[in-house]
Order: sequence, then C-alpha cells, then structure tokens
Amino acid sequence: MSGDVLINSLFVFMLAGFIGFEVIRRVSPLLHTPLMSLTNALDAIAVVGAIVLVGEGKSKLATILGTIAVVAATSNIVSGFYITDRMLKMFKTTRPQKP
Amino acid sequence: MTLPTFNYMEVVYLIATALFILSLKWMSAPTTARRGVWAGEVGMLLAIVGTLFEKGIIDYHWIFIALVLGTIIGVPLGRVAMTAVPQRTALSHAFGACCVTLVGTAEFYLRSPNVPKFMMAVLCLEVILGGLTFTGSLMAAGKLQEVLPQRPITYKGQNLVNLALLAVAIVVGIVLILHPEHKNLFPAMVGIALVFGVLLIIPIGGADMPTVISLLNSYAGLSAAAMGFVLNSKLLIVAGALDGSSGFILSVIMCKAMNRSFANVIFGAFGQVQAAAAAGGEAKTVRSATAEEAAAILGAASSVVIVPGYGMAVAQAQHKVRELFDVLTKKGVDVRFGIHPVAGRMPGHMNVLLAEADIPYDRLKEMDDVNSDLPQTDVALIIGANDVTNPAARTDTSSPIYGMPIIDVDKARTVMVIKRSMNPGFAGIDNPLYYLDQTLMLFGDAKAFVGDIVRELSGSGGH
Repeated sequence: MSGDVLINSLFVFMLAGFIGFEVIRRVSPLLHTPLMSLTNALDAIAVVGAIVLVGEGKSKLATILGTIAVVAATSNIVSGFYITDRMLKMFKTTRPQKP
Repeated sequence: MTLPTFNYMEVVYLIATALFILSLKWMSAPTTARRGVWAGEVGMLLAIVGTLFEKGIIDYHWIFIALVLGTIIGVPLGRVAMTAVPQRTALSHAFGACCVTLVGTAEFYLRSPNVPKFMMAVLCLEVILGGLTFTGSLMAAGKLQEVLPQRPITYKGQNLVNLALLAVAIVVGIVLILHPEHKNLFPAMVGIALVFGVLLIIPIGGADMPTVISLLNSYAGLSAAAMGFVLNSKLLIVAGALDGSSGFILSVIMCKAMNRSFANVIFGAFGQVQAAAAAGGEAKTVRSATAEEAAAILGAASSVVIVPGYGMAVAQAQHKVRELFDVLTKKGVDVRFGIHPVAGRMPGHMNVLLAEADIPYDRLKEMDDVNSDLPQTDVALIIGANDVTNPAARTDTSSPIYGMPIIDVDKARTVMVIKRSMNPGFAGIDNPLYYLDQTLMLFGDAKAFVGDIVRELSGSGGH
C-alpha cells in the first residue's frame, strides 16, 4: 500500500463519514429499525471482496474462507433488503400522502 | 494528449456508491424510504454483477454455490416475525463481521510475509473489530432469542479481565505489524478477539440491548471500512463508513435517551446494580381497576396517549392495541402513541411493531412531542413499559435512572398501567408512578386485558 493510495483511501473514508453523519442525522426515529437493516444490507457489499477472493483461487484456504464469507454476506444482502422492504410497506398514514 | 483510460469497474463502483448514498438519503422519510431500498438494491446488483466480470476471476464454481446458499439462508431470515427483528439484526451483524474477518484472514495468509506495516495495522484492526463483533453479536442474538440468559452475568474483576484481553490482542497485533512473518500469531489474535466479544456482551442486560446493537452495528461498519482499505476498494470504504456512522449516531441517541455514557453501558452491568438497590422497598398501596372500569374511563376521555414498551412485544399485544385504537378513534377519542427512544430491544422497535399492526405512523409520536401534550391529556395508558415512565428519573437523585429522559405520563389526568403483577420489572427499580392518586393498575396479561377493554367498549358502543 503506497502512501498515495493510503491518503486517497483516508480522504474517501473521511468524506463518506461526514456524508453518513449528515444524511443519517435526518432519518426520522420512526424508521430507525429499517435504517439499521438497510445499512446492514449495504454493508454486505463486502461480498465483492469475498467474490474476488474465491474467484482468483490463489490458495485453498482463500477459497474456503472466501466461500463462507460469500455465503454470510449474501444472506445479509437478501434478508436485509427483504425485511427492510417488508417493514416499510407496513408504514401507513391516515393523512393523504403528498405527491 | 489522449483521453485517460480507466477500468470500467471503477465506473460501476462509482455509480453503486452514489446509489448507496441516495438510498440512505431517501430513508429519511416514510414517503421516500421504499425508493431508498430500491436504490440500494440496484447499487448492490450493479456492484456484484460487475465484480463477476472482473478479469482476475477464473473459477465461478464456488462463487455460485455460495451465492445460492446465501440466498437460501437469507430468505427465511428476511421473513421473520416483526417481534424477532432485534435478534435477526444482531445475527446479521454477526454474519457481516464473519465475512469481514474471514476475508481479512485469507488476505493475511495470501500476503504474508510481505505485508507493509500500514497494511498489517489495518488488517489487525479489521480482524479484531470483525472478530469481536462476530461473537458479540451472536451473544446478543442469543440473549434476545432467550437461548441465553437475559440477565447480566457478572463476576469480580470482570472489566479488568476484558481490558487485559483487549490489550493482549493489541500487543499481538503490534508484534505482527513489526514482524508479519510470524504467521502463528495471527490465529491467536483472531482467537482473542473472538473470546473478547463473548466476554464483552455477557455482563449486558436486555434493557441495554438498543445501545449494544447500535454499537455492534457501528463496529461491523468500521471493520468493513478497514477491509476496504486493505482491498483498496472505495465502494467498500464508503459503505463501511456509512454503516459505521449510522451505528454510531444510533448509539449516541440511545445513550442520551438513557442518560448514560458508552463506557457505562459496556462496563456498567446495569441490571445487577439496580436489583440490589430495589431490595429495600416498603409496602405502599395501589389502586387497581377492572377492564370494565378502564373501558368506561377510556370511552369518556377525549384524548388518550398509549405508551408501549417491550412488555407489549413479549405479550404479542400489538394487534389487540390496534383494535383498541380503532374502537376509541371511532368514538371520537384522540389516540396517540408516545414512543420512548429506548422502548423495546432495538432503536425504533416499537414503531415497527405498531406499524405492523396497521396503526398509522402519524399517530406515533416522539417523546418530546408527546411530553408537551401530556398535561392536557385525559388518560395515559402504559402497556408493558416501566422504566421509561418512572418519575423517579426526574425527582429522585438516588435512583439508578436519575436524569434519564422519560415520558411524563404522571402529568396526565388519569394514568393506567397494564402489568402482570407488582413485581418490579426486569431492571428491578421500583416505580413511584404506581402509587400516585391518579394511577390505576390493571393487573393481567397485556394482550388479554386490552382484549377485554375492547370487548367492553364495543359492547357498550353507540352512546
């Protein structure tokens, strides 16, 4: 990891941290449970790292650990998006919705 | 000058990153939230399909088996009942952390002994955070599912043992940074992190779960961001940072709602201390009422605030509560729900349960909103909530929950509390609310009692 790459990564991390802070601060407490299941599903993007690990097949260990990692992350993606949508469907209002 | 050439994958990841940020932005309001899920799904699909075309990938065999297996596990986990959402969430934190820890371990063995110092430091951070989040979340899920005892388990010198373990893990990490060729130390470090995760959650009681789940959420995000540093994936860094900050914000909100610090939640073993504090209570008199009397008071009221707590979830009473809401609304009573931030076992738990029972979300009010209305409210009805309504938090400096913001139900004209018995709740703190003049205790199972009230109200209907 060269110095440039590190600094680039730190910049991305810092900016994303600030964006996350500002965006999530605005989420209504009403939706805190679906928020957590959604961020959980998004976090499972780690699956791309695991997929590359398995696909490159550089060592037996990497293939085994990577395969388990893909299973774990995929189940998070599927269940996370699924349950978030199920929860959000339930939120109804008595007032007519604004367009 | 020629046009710059770039890897098309980076473009796909860039779009996915934008979609992830939009996804969270749209999550802010119920009207746009489902669009947020959609954006997240599209971003995820783009990233995964794009990755499958990556040049380095030569074998698809195991990838597809794993994707299918993950889907098979994921679908039932996405279909769990709403009351089981806290344990599902804890379990998914464990899965996420498991993925990160395994990938980190594999990366170490692929790269060792030629691991640059900074890379090794990030790898250590990734697997220590990932490891402790994995076992910690499994423990939390076990406690929430009641496979494990919910009571805090404490012993003398517990905090010392935990801190010492973490220190050892960090020292091993530092040795690895300096000498990445010592491959045997790596599993030792992961092992210590796994044990630390278990020990960290053992002393934490059920009432502290909202904070702990949020904290574990934050750790899971940070470990994923660390993985992004190792793999030089900006998409992963962004997703991890978003998840990390989300968990962090939620933890801060939960801590504020309990007037406690992170350190106090992690090292405090809350329930234990209080059980001792509550031992010396004297006998005081309470007034109790029947379902018939409660129905008469509710039917005559013009405004009612219902305060639900974890007990409502345990009794599965939310659908009966909806029937009560319907029958009272039909009579022209203004019914609202006062939701304390830490009511239930995870942030927003009560809102989801009540939404599931078809209660319109504009009736679900935050603590501050409902508190300004309570002095003009006829009846406050408490279902399965205890500490979050305890006026001792305002007045009694010796109370363990002194200073915690509460829902001021004692300011309503009449207070009704549905409760199984006078036994102090899980946290073991006596609640002076029950002895007030305007308080009526409704003894019984929440679901059955609300059902009885509904029957009385609809039976006598039309006056």
